[in-house]
Amino acid sequence: MSNHEVPTPINAKFFSKGAIILSFLTLIGALGYIYRLIYGLDTTTNLSNQYPWGIWIAIDVATGVALAAGGFTTAALADIFHRNKYHSLTRPALLTAMLGYTFVVVGLLADLGKYYNVWHPMLPSMWQGNSVLFEVGICVMIYLTILYVEFFPIVIERFMGHVNLPGLLSKYNSLIESFLKISNRTLYRVLSLFIIAGVVLSCLHQSSLGTLMVIAPYKMHPLWYTPILPLLFLLSALSVGFPMVIFESILSSWSFKIKPEIKTLASIAKYTPILLFCYLSIKVADLAIRNAFGYIGETSIESFCFILEMVIGVIIPMVILFQRDKRHSIKYLFLSALCIIFGILLNRINVFLVAYTPPYSTGYYFPSFVEIAVTAGLISGLILVYRFMVIHLPVISIQRVKYNAVTDTPKSESTVKA
Amino acid sequence: MDKDRRKFLKLSTVATASLIPSVTSASTEHCEDDFDNAFGVLVDTTVCVGCRNCELACNQQNELPEQPEEHFSDKSVFNSMRKPSVEAYTVVNRSIDSQPSELGSFSKIQCMHCNHPACVSACIVGALTKCTHGVVSWDAWKCIGCRYCMIACPFQIPAYEFKEPLKPRVMKCTFCYDRIHDNKKPACVESCPVEALTFGKRRDLIKLAHSRIETSPDKYYDHVYGEKEIGGTSWMYLASKEFINYDLPKLGEEQIPQMTEIIQHGIFKSFLPPLALYGFLGLVMHSIRQNKKKETENDEQS
Ligand code: SF4
Ligand code: SF4
Repeated sequence: MSNHEVPTPINAKFFSKGAIILSFLTLIGALGYIYRLIYGLDTTTNLSNQYPWGIWIAIDVATGVALAAGGFTTAALADIFHRNKYHSLTRPALLTAMLGYTFVVVGLLADLGKYYNVWHPMLPSMWQGNSVLFEVGICVMIYLTILYVEFFPIVIERFMGHVNLPGLLSKYNSLIESFLKISNRTLYRVLSLFIIAGVVLSCLHQSSLGTLMVIAPYKMHPLWYTPILPLLFLLSALSVGFPMVIFESILSSWSFKIKPEIKTLASIAKYTPILLFCYLSIKVADLAIRNAFGYIGETSIESFCFILEMVIGVIIPMVILFQRDKRHSIKYLFLSALCIIFGILLNRINVFLVAYTPPYSTGYYFPSFVEIAVTAGLISGLILVYRFMVIHLPVISIQRVKYNAVTDTPKSESTVKA
Repeated sequence: MDKDRRKFLKLSTVATASLIPSVTSASTEHCEDDFDNAFGVLVDTTVCVGCRNCELACNQQNELPEQPEEHFSDKSVFNSMRKPSVEAYTVVNRSIDSQPSELGSFSKIQCMHCNHPACVSACIVGALTKCTHGVVSWDAWKCIGCRYCMIACPFQIPAYEFKEPLKPRVMKCTFCYDRIHDNKKPACVESCPVEALTFGKRRDLIKLAHSRIETSPDKYYDHVYGEKEIGGTSWMYLASKEFINYDLPKLGEEQIPQMTEIIQHGIFKSFLPPLALYGFLGLVMHSIRQNKKKETENDEQS
């Protein structure tokens, strides 16, 4: 049991050097976002009738959802399969997933031509059971709600018994206090139901994101077009789940100068090469069955991107992580996690953009400055909110020794029991 | 007079626009398999002279941006291939390997009004529907602007008003729904001076197409494009032996949405698979928890 590790708000300054740079990027992104809302897609993006989808779909939405997979994979491992030693990782993973999905929705709104109609799929009169996108939309919506519910206990834990609103608002203190108490009790009982639902919904929409492009058989490059795209998407999301957790954990330990939990990380990393191996074998078998191996040899942008995706994203990290000693080295852990994350990013870009070749086209799609700025701004904004939250909420677990050094009250004690 | 006509047209489109949703929702089910009774157009590219009258008629009918008459008699547009856009629901192209104005080398393209439209299957909110008369129509109110229909369409037809910041529309041939409804031919068909376009029931058009091929086997390429392609389309094409590529993509007979719908309905078969997964995970969670409890109890006892 990880009793000696307790999630605590981190005692750090919000505006580090990195945070200032990120704030700057977020600001530019926000301006780009507003610019897009006012002037429309034509002025701000390089989208066209030939290439109707760009990086806002491939990166902000598709990659965003895949990289948020750490949330449900860790929850499944720690809460459903009760591998308790990983409990310290569930909160950071949950926070990433919650913020990740929130930013996916924000990014999607920029891309939708009529963003103010985004609620339409909720109306039963507009339900469209044949549409893959409909299923993705509904699943993401419910899952996002579940993530908020799952995260709420962390907020409760921070404030229960400490509600202290200033000035006039102070008369509500006891009201909020009792609300927190009641929700704490109810949530404690039903939380497992939500956790399982979160895992099921994740499996559904992670795979369905892959089904999206199955509707364009004549427009997709054969290296990526396969009816098993949903399976590949699910498997790759599962594979990137733990590496994402590792990546973040190491990054925040560097940023906040705390000791990385190398043992836990090394241990959770042992699942990854197995998943990558499954992914690789299925991919190879699929290419063989569809007789598409030949396309790898052709010298084109597509074949280059494919090779890059497979070698950096799958083969190299798989080989590294299969070795026990390398798993126990922070450097190699970080490197392989980075490779896998890059591989996922490239794979989603490949499937949604590189593989997409309209029958009639007069050029290629390349994102505009505003598109890149908004995407970069969203990522920076996400990291900033993450930083803010781990500074103010008990998310990251630090060892007791460190914990004593933190001047906060030992409010986290109660949750260890829960 | 022209102005009056325009006003009338505007009125009638507004009127039908408000009618369409009710008509479509009521009739989608029973017209689902009734493709033979659906309307269609047979395009005989061997007859088309490339006058672009259909483009003019279409722009007027659908109130697309007003263009000077000369715009439509300009033959230089044939130098490159065009696709329908937000300013033109239909365009006429000339085969690249043909001589200027060579007969048989022109083809008009527009939405094919597929029997099993990929765009309809894709649309997240059901803004696109296959409705009475075989028309694939679009509902401005429902659309959220995701542009998935554009990804899905194998003919690369729907165009999007990217320039419009607030109310961008998905633009494509409407098959002159209101005209058909009033027992009139689509505007383009009516405007064609050489009868390259024949409007009628899809079933009859297929027969007509084959009889034309039979009577002049030397002239026609023996294939009716759109009869079987991706499960059939309402618009179909005949071509001469020389210019069989008529700018239309080579497609198989499989319906495009088939695969995604099989996957989709496989996963969601009365919600069984997700529920089964839920039950299974719940069971795992519960049993492991019980085991752990026992273990700790045993530990405490010993
Ligand atoms: S041609 Fe394209 S837009 Fe027209 S019905 Fe078929 S899939 Fe839809
Ligand atoms: S852009 Fe509009 S019509 Fe096209 S799929 Fe999206 S919601 Fe449907």
